[in-house]
Amino acid sequence: MHKALYGLLASRKGALCSGIAVCLLFNFKLIAQQTEHKDTLILPINLEEVILISKNLKNNTLNYQSEVKPLSSLDEYLESAKKINMIKRGAYAWEPMLNGMSSERLAVTIDGMRIFGACTDKMDPVTSYVDVSNLSKIEIGSGQQGAVYGNTIGGGINLNLDKEGFKNQGWKGLFDSGFESNNNLYVLGGKASYSNNEFFINTDLVYRIADDYKAGDAEEIPFSQYEKYNLAINSGYKLNEQQQLSASFIYDEARDIGYPALPMDVSLARGIIGSLSFQQDLLFNRLSDWETKLYFNNIKHVMDDTQRPEVPIHMDMPGWSNTYGFYSSAGMGFDSHNFTFKVDGYYNKSLAEMTMYPNNPNEDTMFMLTWPDIRTLDIGIFVKDQIELEWSRLIVSTRIDIQNSNVKDEIGLNSLKIFYPEIEDSQARFLKSFSIQLHKALGNFHFSLGSSYGDRPPSVSEGYGFYLYNSFDNYDYVGNPELKNEKSTAFNGKIGFEKSSFKTHLEGNYFLIKDYIIGVPDTSLSPMTIGADGIKVYTSLESARITNLLLDASYEFNKVFKWSGLISYQRGVDQDNENLPLISPIQYRGQITFNQHKFSANVSCNGAVKQSHYNSLYGEDQTNAYTILSASVGKQFYIANDDFYVKAGVENIFDANYSTYTDWKNIPRMGRNFFLTLSYTIQ
Amino acid sequence: MKNIKNIFTALILTITLTACSSSDDTPEEIIDPVANLNLVDVIEDDLYQIEIYSATDQFYVGYNELTMRIKNKNSEDYVENASVNWTPVMHMTEMQHSCPKSQITETEISSVFKGFIVFQMPGNIEEYWSLKVDFEINGEAYSITQNINVVNNEDEYRVVNVFKGNDESKYVLAMVPSELNVSINDFGAVLYKMENMMTFSIVENYTIAIDPRMPGMDNHSSPNNENLTFNAKSKLYNGKLSLTMTGYWKVNLKVLNPNNEIIKGEEITDENKASSIYFDLSI
Repeated sequence: MHKALYGLLASRKGALCSGIAVCLLFNFKLIAQQTEHKDTLILPINLEEVILISKNLKNNTLNYQSEVKPLSSLDEYLESAKKINMIKRGAYAWEPMLNGMSSERLAVTIDGMRIFGACTDKMDPVTSYVDVSNLSKIEIGSGQQGAVYGNTIGGGINLNLDKEGFKNQGWKGLFDSGFESNNNLYVLGGKASYSNNEFFINTDLVYRIADDYKAGDAEEIPFSQYEKYNLAINSGYKLNEQQQLSASFIYDEARDIGYPALPMDVSLARGIIGSLSFQQDLLFNRLSDWETKLYFNNIKHVMDDTQRPEVPIHMDMPGWSNTYGFYSSAGMGFDSHNFTFKVDGYYNKSLAEMTMYPNNPNEDTMFMLTWPDIRTLDIGIFVKDQIELEWSRLIVSTRIDIQNSNVKDEIGLNSLKIFYPEIEDSQARFLKSFSIQLHKALGNFHFSLGSSYGDRPPSVSEGYGFYLYNSFDNYDYVGNPELKNEKSTAFNGKIGFEKSSFKTHLEGNYFLIKDYIIGVPDTSLSPMTIGADGIKVYTSLESARITNLLLDASYEFNKVFKWSGLISYQRGVDQDNENLPLISPIQYRGQITFNQHKFSANVSCNGAVKQSHYNSLYGEDQTNAYTILSASVGKQFYIANDDFYVKAGVENIFDANYSTYTDWKNIPRMGRNFFLTLSYTIQ
Repeated sequence: MKNIKNIFTALILTITLTACSSSDDTPEEIIDPVANLNLVDVIEDDLYQIEIYSATDQFYVGYNELTMRIKNKNSEDYVENASVNWTPVMHMTEMQHSCPKSQITETEISSVFKGFIVFQMPGNIEEYWSLKVDFEINGEAYSITQNINVVNNEDEYRVVNVFKGNDESKYVLAMVPSELNVSINDFGAVLYKMENMMTFSIVENYTIAIDPRMPGMDNHSSPNNENLTFNAKSKLYNGKLSLTMTGYWKVNLKVLNPNNEIIKGEEITDENKASSIYFDLSI
């Protein structure tokens, strides 16, 4: 959890400044020495949060100093973002939440590609199908500012793949290895790249294997092991000075993943992700940076309960999600306008089934389609204009989607008709988003203010799920194809103050969500899962309101010492002022870092106050306050001409046994954990 | 390439022509009235042979929908426009009794007759069913009786309930077989009152309440079922049975009279997992 400060650390590198432009990592070191204000031409406003990850093969220096734990999982990186919280069902495949909203209200993309998990129980969020080694940075757009990635309510998260680029640097290689004491996690990784002026290829391979972890006080958490390997290849070819082709491919496979908070584990979670893109500098002499990408991804997810000692009934629950999509984007600037245009589309096929084996061998196996082969076709247009006014900057954007979903499987359609006799196999939805953001700098202060509107269709589970068991509240969930679109009107504001080495920001947002989709108990229905308390049907609440507040600050005592901290508050209620589930209590983080002569050290703490807003109707109970302390040291050496980097640290120093509000069924988090990372770069 | 094209053309022509010729023939084809049915038994004497067909492969306990043809052994012709009646009898060691049955009606084809019989029990070595068929051709009456073999279904699922109601009457309640899927299914049953050992009368205007459960899933139930109500025209009880998944289901039953008084059957609760009358099935 203390890794939670990556985001702030990254800001030292200039990472937290607004926009994407800053993330071009040339002159990285130079940027690192400067404040945000100087290294970009745009106003230093946190439009989007960006977490830098790249191991930086791009230039010849390692930049591990600033990373508390270089080989941490992508989930840990995400958790370091200021606005992201991670729902944990075990040690693997955490589910990101942004602004108090999770998967179905977010657009999560990999390099702009839409991907949808194949698990009906959200055990495989999109982020579980990549490894941190694949990525260069993560862009986070809050609310409708994330609409460029797809239609969303809570925001968008885009995971950018790490591409070598046309560097003319020949061959390079890097070996990584890491060990963590708590769960015997071994990480082995290698990267190799080749680049010249017309061609590049970079590839990385990572293998992670972990045993069960131990919570504080040496409490072993059974079924929290995992094993994962991931291969990624990126390549580019310059057709001429104006045009280039690039391709990327990821094969990600995890096996034997334990989910201690759930009644089932996963024997296989596999993602195959590929894309081909064409880029051209100019189009029709007016448009710039034209990029067109075709992509596909293929997800297979197999739940497994055969390792569990006691199950009321053994069941197989495989799921598949295949997506084919494209996007084409370009920019156009004239006068004070700076347009971004994007057309995108995808076709997704989601299918999941469940076979149960009765304890009485004379009874036949039981079978149902939990996702009845839903085909979703979505075509969207996104336009954004960034207008530089004399006194401020105005950003307006809009997104329009047409979406059609189709229940392809006849058995599945008939199953749904048990609940909704009148439904058709196909339905179309029209989705829209508008956003206006205003920014103004005034001396050491800067202000931003925004308002937006967006809607979303129900997710596959919300629309078509059939007896999906949720262990959090112990209910079976049934989808509702007749749900209305969920509509969000949001307001956001931010005040920043920066003076020499001191920076602080206060930001907040408010979402008023009409027809908020959530499961509501229907006592007339009988649960399917043995031991479940009942059935919840996805229903539109009249409205919900979610507020997020965040205060962060940093201070550089001198060239080597730096302090940073943040405090956040969240509140979510429905129309009757009843609490929404999974809303954060007040959280805080703080850290002091030291960086000198290739040596780095870090002490951090993070915690939360006692949860006072929770709702037992959704299976929640009160989460206690906690404070966790962690520390790390790192040192870079040179061996011959190669870089050698060692980093070691300890997390949860006092071995606290605690769980947070996002821990499924209060499963305790990891206890004291020592880690060691070794990296060796071959030039 | 050219060859492939030719072959392809030839293929298409063949298919088209074949399709045309077969559709030309259709009107002249005689529809086999017992196509898709199985000959389950033949009852015969020297003169006549009665073929009994069913969708199943033999006589089963429960509701049997049967199709009949009477063949004149001499002329090899099927008898038309006969009036036919039947009497199934169970020969038990101590006594004899009959079972619920429908009238036999002539179908659109005058040589083909239809009806159903509800066998309450299987035969065994000592106890057996006989079927007597009486028919009249041109004013002349014939009767043939023969033993038949009635078996239980392989899974021994209960498809017929014989019970004494709270009104002290004896009833026979049988499920009408139908194709059941994961969906809301049409579901039917027949209900008879046993007037005496040989006479069963149709019970009208009762309600048969259904509560489908999966005992293997902690008595999981399904929504949107409709109780079976009497259809005066078909004399059947019809309702809707919804099944949320494949597997073994127990359809718990309650029989209510027109005053909504329970004649037989119990409510399913956490304590009472099953009714005393039910149908078993597996899809």
